[in-house]
Amino acid sequence: MNLERLKQVTYVDVTLWLMRAIIILLVIAGTIGTVIKDRYTTEQWVSMVMFGLTIGGIYALIALGYTMVYGILRLINFAHGDIFMTGAFTAYFVAAPLAKSGFLDEYLIVGMIIISLVAMTVCSCIALIVERICYRPFRSVRSLAPLICAIGASFFLQHAFRGMYGSSVRAYPDVKFFDTVVSIMGFNFPRIQFVVVIAALAAMYTLYLIVNKTKMGTAMRAVSEDRDAAALMGIDVNKVIIFTFILGGSMAGIGGVLYAFVFKQVYFFMGFFPGIKAFSAAVLGGIGNVPGAMLGGFFLGVVESLGPALFLDGLGIVAPYQLRDLIAFTMLVMVLIFRPQGILGERLARQRA
Amino acid sequence: MSFEIIASSFQHKDIEQSQLRRTLKCGAIGGGTVVALCVFGLINQFMERWIIENLLSLAHAAFIGITLTVGALIAIRSPKLSPAARIFQGFLVGMVSGVFLSILILIMATFDIRNMFVSLSPKLLMFLSYGFDPYTACAVTIIVGGVLGLIGAAIRESPPWLRKPLITGLATAFFIGLFAELLQLAMQYETVDPIRDYMFTWEGQTLTGAITMFVLGFVLSLFWVMRGKQVMANHRAKSHASQRSIRYFLYAIAIVLFLLFPMAAGSFFGQVLMLVGLYVLMGMGLNLEVGLAGLLDLGFVAFFATGAYTIALFTADNEHLILLIDRPLTWWEALPLAMFASLMMGLAFGIPVLKVRGDYLAVATMGLGEIIRVVVLSDMASPLLGGSQGLLHIPRPWIGDFELNDPIHLFYLTLISSIIAAYFAWALENSRLGRAWMAIREDEDVGQALGINLVNVKLLAYGLGAWFAGLAGAIFAVMLGSIFPHSFQLLISINILALIIVGGIGSLPGVVVGALMLIGTPELLREFGEYRFLAYGFVLIVMMRVKPLGLWPSAVRKRELAAAAEAEAQMRATSGQKA
Repeated sequence: MNLERLKQVTYVDVTLWLMRAIIILLVIAGTIGTVIKDRYTTEQWVSMVMFGLTIGGIYALIALGYTMVYGILRLINFAHGDIFMTGAFTAYFVAAPLAKSGFLDEYLIVGMIIISLVAMTVCSCIALIVERICYRPFRSVRSLAPLICAIGASFFLQHAFRGMYGSSVRAYPDVKFFDTVVSIMGFNFPRIQFVVVIAALAAMYTLYLIVNKTKMGTAMRAVSEDRDAAALMGIDVNKVIIFTFILGGSMAGIGGVLYAFVFKQVYFFMGFFPGIKAFSAAVLGGIGNVPGAMLGGFFLGVVESLGPALFLDGLGIVAPYQLRDLIAFTMLVMVLIFRPQGILGERLARQRA
Repeated sequence: MSFEIIASSFQHKDIEQSQLRRTLKCGAIGGGTVVALCVFGLINQFMERWIIENLLSLAHAAFIGITLTVGALIAIRSPKLSPAARIFQGFLVGMVSGVFLSILILIMATFDIRNMFVSLSPKLLMFLSYGFDPYTACAVTIIVGGVLGLIGAAIRESPPWLRKPLITGLATAFFIGLFAELLQLAMQYETVDPIRDYMFTWEGQTLTGAITMFVLGFVLSLFWVMRGKQVMANHRAKSHASQRSIRYFLYAIAIVLFLLFPMAAGSFFGQVLMLVGLYVLMGMGLNLEVGLAGLLDLGFVAFFATGAYTIALFTADNEHLILLIDRPLTWWEALPLAMFASLMMGLAFGIPVLKVRGDYLAVATMGLGEIIRVVVLSDMASPLLGGSQGLLHIPRPWIGDFELNDPIHLFYLTLISSIIAAYFAWALENSRLGRAWMAIREDEDVGQALGINLVNVKLLAYGLGAWFAGLAGAIFAVMLGSIFPHSFQLLISINILALIIVGGIGSLPGVVVGALMLIGTPELLREFGEYRFLAYGFVLIVMMRVKPLGLWPSAVRKRELAAAAEAEAQMRATSGQKA
């Protein structure tokens, strides 16, 4: 480091470095504080990690929709969080009668598949409508128009579903199998958490196979690499885009059903925060990068779940759990500012951002 | 060349779709809209509101209006048919729309789906079937739909001298009926009592009133259609100076009427207009960021909150009060502090996101805004900022011995602030700084190469934008008298963004138009409160697709667009010659 380069450092750089340093210091100080205080048992820590993985799996499923659409259209699908809501909310009206008649307890797997299929169908249809109305007209235009259109779609979806299904919170049915506790290595977990993590992993693996092994997946990757060249090679770009939205919608649908079985409630605004957090997860992993979104989702889930206890409690902050969203948003902002290409380093982040 | 051929062949295909498909499509648009209105629960609300007392509710009006529109739409979209055939197409389209609605009626009559679709109540079924049994109701719906579609197409096909007055007349009667209650509120004077009683009852517009309004609209519009051209020609024949003086005279009358309106119309209108004024202030601020500098900011509400909280902390009489001198500051003394705090907040916001661009910037600012909201709401900050309990007892401003406690007084305060702020915004737009903003909006790298200091210019955009929002926040705090973190949600940022987009990005008059449209109108239609965001979403999408430049685009944008179109036309012409 010579003096010439030091002279070019501006106050903006200094501020940014200070910001980074302060946050890292806070995290370290908080962690040390918590370790010294020793307020949580090992069991609590393990259950926090497990909860983080559960919610992280759901974030990852939603994040896939953001990341695939971004990869292909270079657009943030702002309405994706609400697409997630539509599936979970609609599937309630299948899940409730199924549970009431005892079918769900008896044939759990069939029941879950039916519920998930409903949610996936609804999400895919809504995603396609959003694509048709908000993105297709602006495909060749580079402006704020599609983003604003998608914000409009997000509002419209929320309040249309509010008008349709009512503004009250609907409680998803209890399933006996999910409510039991399993113990592994002496630690007890609600079974639903395992189910969610396994289901999310299975869905992601299927998606991974589709993207990497099938013809359509190859076409998707080609379009995300270079749309014009792909079109010249005879790929029907329109079809690929539609397929992408269907895939993203299906993942959001599965995520919605899992989310609903974990938190047991659905309502019209439920898509907003998971949507933003899943977007953070997608950015964290490197937007446009499919494995990145999966990794980012789990990472965000675990950090968000551990964070309040690990970083904030040690700093002596009262009621740290109120600040859970703070951790997710801070991570989002920090990643956008300091490493827009994400953890896995995506090629397109630089040319766009 | 090849691309253009492909593109034009697509367009060709679009026009060449079969008449049957076109008819079904238009019918589906109409029928789908009507069914959606029912399912979303809007019709339930519309039923309650009379346009013409005990005769025509807003729900009827919506059905009629939609069917007329699709009838006219098919007439426009089938240019190759003869006029009679086009009118017949209108009939078919109306019937198709009716089929959609009758399917809904049958479903509602057969199954009980209220558990899922909460809006599909028996009352709605009663309304849709006019008390007939379901099958008769379906037949009636389809036939009435057909007739309405026919009328719509016929209106479209009629000569302009008939069509324009007809539409104007209907629209006049409709809007007078829609705002009947408010108009009555504004007519609380003895001199206009007879007119009021003739036009309205407290239920809504009377039939005679509606007919009068229709005739009035019809005659005025007819006059304009017949003589309008001549009037305009006479006006143009006058010298420039006299044209200008006439224009200024009209402006002056409009401004005076606007100034006097809230005083005459009562405090409800004062309240609404004041809210519009606050959003105009914030809109002008965000316009500096988004419209001029091209920095999309979804965390704007944080600056608004900073202004409001600063006022509350320094003036409010509660345990969170910060004493700078031996007594709480007055509003006027705290105002500069609030604006300064917002400005600082803007800078603090701007520094981290300086290098972030485009969509990422939108999300980063949204994240920052949410961080602030979460912190303010938490117990951690509550000893200082009151947490979710908020800050109460904010005193109103005084001028001498006069307390500004009525919404109308505060409206004038907002108005004066807006005028001052508008002057600043206008001056900034035409300054060196404004031009620098526009340059970096178009291309940051080129701007930097031209010697613009990106850091300073961007930070100034954030800071000055925040300054406007701080002023708005300061007034907002005294308007409510108490503030809560729940008042400062992301929704407000999105509202402001929506209003400058609807008005026209980068255009000052556009901000006012947008605020009146998106803030004023929903306030006047309070009872549909839940649905205003549905309408918001819809308006945003429609605006982006139909009029991306907004209702009152800025002159620069218009010019740029015209130039681009001309260049394109020229290019086409030359490439055509080559081919």
